[in-house]
Amino acid sequence: MTAAQLIKSFTLWEFVKAHWLTLKYFFKPKATINYPFEKNPLSPRFRGEHALRRYPNGEERCIACKLCEAICPAQAITIEAAPREDGSRRTTRYDIDMTKCIYCGFCQEACPVDAIVEGPNFEYATETREELLYDKAKLLANGDKWERAIAANLEADAPYR
Amino acid sequence: MTAFFQTLGMTYEWAWFVSTICGILLIALPLMVSVAMIIYADRKIWAAMALRRGPNVVGPWGLLQSFADGLKVFLQETIVPSAANKGIFLIAPVVTFTIALMAWAVIPFNSGAILADINVGLLYVLAISSLGVYGTIMAGWASNSKYPFFSAMRASAQMISYEVSIGFILICVVLWAGTFNLNDIVKAQDGHVLGLFNGFGFNPLLFPMAVMFLISGMAETQRAPFDLTEAESELVAGYQTEYSSMAFAAYWLGEYANVLLMCALNATLFWGGWLPPLDIPVLYLVPGIVWFLLKVLFFFFVFSWVKATVPRYRYDQLMRLGWKVFLPTSLLFVVLVSGYLMATGHFA
Repeated sequence: MTAAQLIKSFTLWEFVKAHWLTLKYFFKPKATINYPFEKNPLSPRFRGEHALRRYPNGEERCIACKLCEAICPAQAITIEAAPREDGSRRTTRYDIDMTKCIYCGFCQEACPVDAIVEGPNFEYATETREELLYDKAKLLANGDKWERAIAANLEADAPYR
Repeated sequence: MTAFFQTLGMTYEWAWFVSTICGILLIALPLMVSVAMIIYADRKIWAAMALRRGPNVVGPWGLLQSFADGLKVFLQETIVPSAANKGIFLIAPVVTFTIALMAWAVIPFNSGAILADINVGLLYVLAISSLGVYGTIMAGWASNSKYPFFSAMRASAQMISYEVSIGFILICVVLWAGTFNLNDIVKAQDGHVLGLFNGFGFNPLLFPMAVMFLISGMAETQRAPFDLTEAESELVAGYQTEYSSMAFAAYWLGEYANVLLMCALNATLFWGGWLPPLDIPVLYLVPGIVWFLLKVLFFFFVFSWVKATVPRYRYDQLMRLGWKVFLPTSLLFVVLVSGYLMATGHFA
């Protein structure tokens, strides 16, 4: 051990340097955001909670082609379909098991009419598991609630598709 | 205070009894609240050095976080493992917590403001801090589980190793102050260096001892970087793995009460206790207890600062530091200090 090393180790030089560094960090602005009160910006492609959209006249978009059910790698989607009174083909049942869903976005990619989409909402934690088994009414309600944000996101992303 | 109760018409014995009870409450209750706040401060300081925010939701700036945590822990179920030795298992946290509070009896908060002004105060502190390891050993043994047991063995080895060098460091202080009474040790630091600085820590011969006492204090209270007893990567949560509910909270509070005690000892023994750092008449306008608490808070900041900066020591490194560095160095300084005092006729 050279004299310089000896002096360094007895004056705890490396500890002094380390503490000076952490003291500088102590006064730096915080890197974390103040989550429930502040939120990070989300990409228009963000894949969050699912929603079933409607046309502007109130007609639901989904035509029960079952492409989303077929492509779903987690097999989270269950669809049953039947002709409606006016003869158009519609779903009688559209369930998504949100506990199975892996948020890959394939259902959104597969949909020919932009009916099923993954919206920007990610704050839908529930107290029971059953609340995460979404049915058609819940998905349509989501669509009504988030339509403006979803439409804006789809438009922003359209040039890249 | 005894005299005050005597004026109320009590006999001396009763007045002494009541005033002692009042004194205990005056120390213990603010201590409990300050432990809760200091846990919050610790989390905040640690968070700030990691560029995080720390607790900031419960109450203004998160000030009530510790009380919320305490309430949560209080409402939990106490689980006693079926293989545990129930009596010892339940007594262990009580022992830790009681001993953490006991040593405060001899800490002088201001000139003469001391619960038990005994002439061997420093020996009492050493005895109590040695007893502190029993709470850990009892918990580790009574849990009847391997991780708490390993942790208790580590804790006992660690505390004994560092108490040896703490003993020698304190001998330096006692040699210079000429007394074991903590109140008199603080008085001996009045104008100690050039008649200007109050505190043995400003003395070049005792400054290395002050630094070593700070580091040994961290080892003694099992704080990071010496928190091997709670090394979660190896030992789950150490000796308190099997504890839940209030028993867990008692360990938590006891640990931080010990840390505060170490900060208070650092302030008292090396940095002038309730004396202002500089022996200037203007500074004496600030009450002594404010200086004392400021020093305690400063040392607590240092403890948190070290926790945020230094990674945990390996067990063999800890033992090497204790036995091969601190013990010889503190022995050397006992010789240096006593030699210097002998040469300058301090004992004459």
